Amino acid sequence: MLDYIEYEDFRAGVRAKADEIVAPYAAAIDADDHIPDDVMKAVGKTGWFGATAPAEYGGLGWDTVRYVIMVEEASRASGSVGVMLAVQGSLIIYPLSKYGNDEQLRTYLPKFASGELVGSFGLTEPGAGSDAGNTQTAAALDGDEWVINGQKCFITNTKRDWPVVCFATVRTDPDKSKGVRGVSSIIVPANAPGFNYGRKENKMGLRGSDTSEIFFENCRVPKENLLGELNEGFKLFMVALDAGRISIGAMAVGLGQAALELAIKHAETRVQFGKPIGAQQAIQWKIAEMATKVRAARFLVYSAAALKDAGKPYTTEAAMAKYYASQIGREVAYDAIQVHGALGYDKSYPLERIYRDVKLDEIGEGTSEIQKIVISRNILQLKKK
Amino acid sequence: MDFNLNDEQKMMRQVAAEIADEQLAPRAEQMEEDREIPADLLRFLAEQGYFGMFLPERYGGAELDYVAYALTVEEFARGSPAVALVVSVQNALVGKPILTHGTAEQKEKYLSRVAAGELIGAFALTEEEAGSDAANVQTAAAKKDGGYVLNGHKLYVTNAGLAGLFLVVARTGPEAGGKGLSCFLVERDTPGFTVGARFDGMGMCALDVRRLEFENCEVPADALLGAEGEGLKIALAGLDGSRIGCAAQAVGIGQQAFNEAKRYAAGREQFGRPILSFQAIQFYLVEMATRIDAARLLTLRAAALADAGERFSTEAAMAKLYASETANFAANLGLQIHGGYGYMKDYVVERFFRDARVTEIYEGTSEVQKLVIAGNLLKG
Repeated sequence: MLDYIEYEDFRAGVRAKADEIVAPYAAAIDADDHIPDDVMKAVGKTGWFGATAPAEYGGLGWDTVRYVIMVEEASRASGSVGVMLAVQGSLIIYPLSKYGNDEQLRTYLPKFASGELVGSFGLTEPGAGSDAGNTQTAAALDGDEWVINGQKCFITNTKRDWPVVCFATVRTDPDKSKGVRGVSSIIVPANAPGFNYGRKENKMGLRGSDTSEIFFENCRVPKENLLGELNEGFKLFMVALDAGRISIGAMAVGLGQAALELAIKHAETRVQFGKPIGAQQAIQWKIAEMATKVRAARFLVYSAAALKDAGKPYTTEAAMAKYYASQIGREVAYDAIQVHGALGYDKSYPLERIYRDVKLDEIGEGTSEIQKIVISRNILQLKKK
Repeated sequence: MDFNLNDEQKMMRQVAAEIADEQLAPRAEQMEEDREIPADLLRFLAEQGYFGMFLPERYGGAELDYVAYALTVEEFARGSPAVALVVSVQNALVGKPILTHGTAEQKEKYLSRVAAGELIGAFALTEEEAGSDAANVQTAAAKKDGGYVLNGHKLYVTNAGLAGLFLVVARTGPEAGGKGLSCFLVERDTPGFTVGARFDGMGMCALDVRRLEFENCEVPADALLGAEGEGLKIALAGLDGSRIGCAAQAVGIGQQAFNEAKRYAAGREQFGRPILSFQAIQFYLVEMATRIDAARLLTLRAAALADAGERFSTEAAMAKLYASETANFAANLGLQIHGGYGYMKDYVVERFFRDARVTEIYEGTSEVQKLVIAGNLLKG
C-alpha cells in the first residue's frame, strides 16, 4: 500500500477516460465559463459523480483512494470539472451517505450519483468565511415546513442550467451565543420557493465551475429535509470539510501534474542556444523540484485517503494534504510557466489557466491559514493557565 | 551614503502617485475589460511629459534621469501596471536608444514626436526561435539598392497596436553571437510590413502585444540605427535601462498588493476581530514589506549607478530579478489575505496576481537575468 502501485492500472483507465471526455473541452469551459451539457452527460456516464456512493444507490462504491485518484485525473484534464466532482463526492454524497435517513438516501443519492442532480454545499456567508460559527442564515419551523432566511456566498456547483440541490448550513437555534452548536444542515432544492440565486461570481479561475450567491427569502422546504440531527450541523460540515480537504488536495496534485508534464515536454523540445533547454542545469533542477513536490503531495493526499478508508482519524492529515498540495500545485504551475517563458503566459496555451485554477485550492474549503490552525491545534498540546 | 530622495525626486514621486491614484487606478479595470489604454489617457501622459523623460528639452523632453524614471514607473504601476509598462517602453526602449545611437537626422525626425506622444514606439526583438537566445534572430535584412529588404516575423511586441515606429532587430550578416544583427527604425506604414495578430495573455490585458510580419519590406539606408552589426548591442543596452523600469514596475505591483491587503485586513473581521490583529497576517505583511523595500532599494541603486555614468548592467539585472519575484510573492500573499474575495475579479489583487506573473518573463526572463549577472560577476 505504501507506494500505491496497485492503483496504477486503475489510474490509467481513469486518465484515458478523462483525456477523452474532459481534456478536449477544458479550454472552452474556461473561455465560456460554462461546462456544456455534453460534458456533463459524458462524465455522468462514467459514474464519477457517484464514485463513493454505494452500488445499491447507483454509485461505483469506490474507496477514498480510488475516488481521489479520479478527482486528480479529472483535474489534470480540467480544474473546473475536477472541483465539481470533488464537491459532489466529498461535500454532498459523503455526508448524505453518513447522515441521511433511508428516505433521503433513496430520494437523492441515485440522482447525485448519476449527475442528474448537482449538489452544492451552502456554508459560507459574507460574515462567515473562515469563521463558520458566525452563520447568520436562520431556519425556523412553521408547521411541517422549515422557513429559511438569509444569504450564502461563494457557493460552488450552483449550476443554473442544471438541477441543483443545496445542503444549507443554517442556524436552527436562535441563541447566537451557541455559535456552531446551534446550526443544522437542511436539504434545499434550488427550485424550492424562496430559493434565489444572486450574482454569479466572476472568478479568476475554475471558470465553468459556477460559484454564486444564494438568497433564501422565506424559503420553504418540508420538515423532513433536515439532514442529520437538529443542531448537529457542525458535526456534519466538519466531517464533510475533512473529506473535502483530501479531494481539494487531489485536485491540486492533478493540476500540478498537468503543469509538470507540459514543462517536461517543453524542456525536451524547446531549443535555445543550440540545445534543448532541458539540457541546462537550471531547467533540470526546476523539473526535479517540481516532480518531487508533486510526488510528495500525491502521497500526502493518498495517505489521508487511506486513513479515512481504514476508519482512522485523518483530520490533521487531510489538512496537511490540502495545505501542502495546494501550495506546491501553485508553485509547480508557476515554475511550469517560467519554463515556457512567454508561451506560459499566453492564453492560447493551457498553463496560464492551470495557474489561475490551482490558486483556488489555497483558498476554497478552508484557506491554507485555516489548515495551519487545524494542524497546529492537533499537534500542539498547550497547557491552559 | 544617502538613502533620501532630494526635493525634486520627492516631487516627482508625489506627482506620479497622484496620477496613479486619481487617473490610473480608477480606470484600470475598464482598461482591462476594453483591452486598451484610452487615447485621452495617453494624451494626458504625453502632455505631462512622461513620454520624453530622458529626452533633451529641444525635443520637448523633460531631461530627467533614471531615478526619476524609476520613481515614476513604480508609482504608475500601483495604479495600472499596463500603463506603467507603456511609459517604460516608450522612454527606455524607444526614446533612449534613438537619442543614444541615432544620427542627427533620425533624432530630428522622430524624437519630438516621441516626446509629444504623437509617435508611440515599439521594440521588436523576440522571435519564435529567439526568445532567451536573443542572438538567434532570423529576420533578415538584405542589402538592396542602397537600402535593406526585411523578411521574417517578430513575436510578443509590446505596444505594437498603438505604435507608429518600430525598433526592429534583424540579421544583416551571418556572423554568430549577434555580430550579424542590426537595428532598424521601421515606420508603421512601410509597404511589406504588417502588424499582425494580437497576443492574449493571462494579465496586462490592456497592453497591445502583437506579432509583426515583414514580407519584402523595403527600408532606406537611413533607417539603420547605429552601425551595421551593432543591433544586438543596441538592443541589450536598451534592455539594461528598461530593466530598471521593469523592476520599478514590479516594485509598484508589490507595493499596491501590500496596500490593498493591509487595508482589507484592517477592515475584515473574523473570529470577532480584524484579521490584521492575527500574528500570521501581520507577519505576511511584514515579509511583503521587507522584500518590497529591498527590491525598491536594488532598483534605485541601479538607477543611481546609471545616472552616475557607471556600469549598471549587473545591478539592473539583479533589481529586475528580485523585484519581479517579489511582485509575485506579494501579489500571491495579497490575494491570500483577501481569502475568497481575492479570487474574484471585483478585487484589485486578482488582477495584480495575473499582471505580476509576466514581470518574471518579459524583457528577459529571470533565467536571462541570472545569465547576465553570472556573465558579469563570475568572469575571470
